[in-house]
Amino acid sequence: MKKSLCITTSVVAFLAFQNLPARADSALETLAKDSKQWVMQAGDDANTRYSKLNQINANNVNKLQVSWTFSTGVLRGHEGAPLVIGDVMYVHTPFPNTVYALDLNNEGKILWKYEPRQDPNVIPIMCCDTVNRGVAYADGKVFLHQADTTLVALDAKTGKVVWSKMDGEAGKGQSGTDAPFVFGDKVLVGVSGGEFGVRGWVSAYNIKDGSLAWHGYSEGPDSDTLIDPQKTTSLGKPVGENSSTSTWEGDQWKIGGGATWGWYSYDPELNLVYYGSGNPSTWNPVQRPGDNRWSMSIWARDLDTGKVKWIYQMTPHDEWDYDGVNEMILTDQTIEGKPRKLLTHFDRNGFGYTLDRASGELLVAEKYDPVVNWATKVDMDKSSKTYGRPLVVDQYSTQHNGEDSNSKGICPAALGTKDEQPAAYSPETQLFYVPTNHVCMDYEPYKVAYTAGQAYVGAAVAMYPPKGDSNMGNFIAWDNKAGKIVWSNKEQFSAWGGALATAGGVVFYGTLEGYLKAIDAKTGKELYKFKTPSGIIGNVMTYEHGGKQYIAVLSGVGGWAGIGLAAGLLQPENAAAWHGAVDQGKLPTADKTVDTAGLGAVGGYAGLADYTSLGGTLTVFALPSQ
Amino acid sequence: MNLKYWKIALIIAACAFVNSAAQADGSGDPAVASSDNGKYVDKNGNPTYNIHPDGTVDWYTFSGFRRYHSDCHVCHGPNGEGSSYAPALAQSLKTLSYADFVDVVTNGRKHVDSANDKVMPSFATNVNVMCYVDDIYVYLRARANNAIPGGRPPSHEDKSEAAKTAETSCTGVK
Repeated sequence: MKKSLCITTSVVAFLAFQNLPARADSALETLAKDSKQWVMQAGDDANTRYSKLNQINANNVNKLQVSWTFSTGVLRGHEGAPLVIGDVMYVHTPFPNTVYALDLNNEGKILWKYEPRQDPNVIPIMCCDTVNRGVAYADGKVFLHQADTTLVALDAKTGKVVWSKMDGEAGKGQSGTDAPFVFGDKVLVGVSGGEFGVRGWVSAYNIKDGSLAWHGYSEGPDSDTLIDPQKTTSLGKPVGENSSTSTWEGDQWKIGGGATWGWYSYDPELNLVYYGSGNPSTWNPVQRPGDNRWSMSIWARDLDTGKVKWIYQMTPHDEWDYDGVNEMILTDQTIEGKPRKLLTHFDRNGFGYTLDRASGELLVAEKYDPVVNWATKVDMDKSSKTYGRPLVVDQYSTQHNGEDSNSKGICPAALGTKDEQPAAYSPETQLFYVPTNHVCMDYEPYKVAYTAGQAYVGAAVAMYPPKGDSNMGNFIAWDNKAGKIVWSNKEQFSAWGGALATAGGVVFYGTLEGYLKAIDAKTGKELYKFKTPSGIIGNVMTYEHGGKQYIAVLSGVGGWAGIGLAAGLLQPENAAAWHGAVDQGKLPTADKTVDTAGLGAVGGYAGLADYTSLGGTLTVFALPSQ
Repeated sequence: MNLKYWKIALIIAACAFVNSAAQADGSGDPAVASSDNGKYVDKNGNPTYNIHPDGTVDWYTFSGFRRYHSDCHVCHGPNGEGSSYAPALAQSLKTLSYADFVDVVTNGRKHVDSANDKVMPSFATNVNVMCYVDDIYVYLRARANNAIPGGRPPSHEDKSEAAKTAETSCTGVK
């Protein structure tokens, strides 16, 4: 064959190949396109939590009614959501992590129930309640990630165990709270334990038989993190040798944190899995000098090999516990006239990031709550030495102020402007619907010693609403191209339930008092609300059965919100008032009064305990029958 | 006639009981009986708090506030006020003695049955807690007796050399 023809043929073949998707749709991806079902926790691989169902719309949602309910039999924080595959609904619970299969053709009759036997000693190493973020489904199997780190595959028809793998060790402070994620032929799980010195990782197992495909750590040598010094890039540049270990002192990376308990998304064309890593261990930044990579980072890993394509650290040398684990929402939108493959992420640190998900280029980083104050901005100047880094404000830097020094008035508090409660995206409005926290904190680090399996925290934290505000949450609509809040609805408590957007032009979310709320996707106007039996920290989902659209959400207050807000947060108190509470009104002596001018009014703050109590219920809503 | 006297006697007895109960928590009367290097104890030798009329707290109460809000508040809530899954220690210490408090922190506690899955870990091997168990007790005792409100105490007595030495030798952290 003539050389030129050979070259031409191969060039043509190469070009044609570039336009083909990396693989045909998996069976699960095909199922996910049927809006009658809800086959994965986030609705789809891209984590949009958007449904094409529109029987319920902005005009009729005010007529929504409770259609049926189901008690889970467990009283702890209920995160995550049920799945609907065909005519069966799969409901999960917090510890002991029971899974129910309910027959939607037969009034929710329990087809089977899986109740794992777990050592209750895993309970106390779960820092933030014994939550579980839900099951996954693929290939006739339901996947459950148990608190004791077991990943189990159950036969979807019978509930019998098909295979079971213990992914970690509870004795070392490791636990399981994140949902499993099925992409392609793999099921992925992360690990919890950033407050126990656990070095985080992601494991990928083959769904057929549970054999381990790869295991990628958040810190350590490249062989552990699966980073290539030349091929893995950060903000467009190769990360170089020892990109993780060179940012830790000695062996500290071995107890480095970087837990991986959030939400993962996947682009089948690029074959990349996207997720975030959590806080470095300890909470005392002085004890771990260096940028502490790759904690607090957005990761893009190849699904088949786990190799890292690109990575971006949002909060280098964290000083506030702003875990980077929140969801990575994938959208295809036009920016400045060009279609881009985007990734949008609402971080705990208060910045809403928009990146190019193919290259990892940083496009937008703006505050999604105006009170965020620990950094002025993220440096967007590509020629700057601090490009891509947040510009930290000394006053709110716990590192700068030092150990045994109380850094005051830092916003957001450690629980972040948003925690794991996931946002939703509507392709019709091109808006993101984000449940947020509006809380600030004092943070005082001090030295701690590490013992395996024991808490390794090292900071005293006090949380309160921002000065002058009484609301501790907002539900906002966000423009990820401009980096702007479009509208914002106040919520008395942190908006801790996950959002759902629908083609009916309605957005749903749950509140900590227990309200299921429906709002107009364009304006944010509240259209419907109903108080469910307990506070909502679960995610709203929707499905269709027998020609009728249903909205479902788990109630059961708990999670970190159940700790910080149960009894009420105090407004920051001024010294005179504190003294007054102690000495029954006698004035403090002048030389002992601490100057606390500007801290705001005294007073207890309405506790969540005034509005709700423990529960464990699934409530399913629908329009009244004609 | 007899019945009336009985009633009066009962009322007097009840009043006496109420009055004595109001002065005591799970360890008895929290009033300071003696002190040594800024550490205060009650008449039974249990650690206790010392609050000055202007609101200045002793070092251990202040230290206990910090240690509590690092290692305990994640389950037990801010200011000892409880969470959706762990009791309000500001209430518990009204009836829980010092000895029992130390026992639970050291050994943990399990309450697992069909209606409960409450498990508190053992902190015995955690120097960040055990070396400050008296501090945490004193802070919570003050909260239980309503001697201090919630929130960070704005001023405190100085940390004594004895406290510094004990801390270093116990935790091994310099």
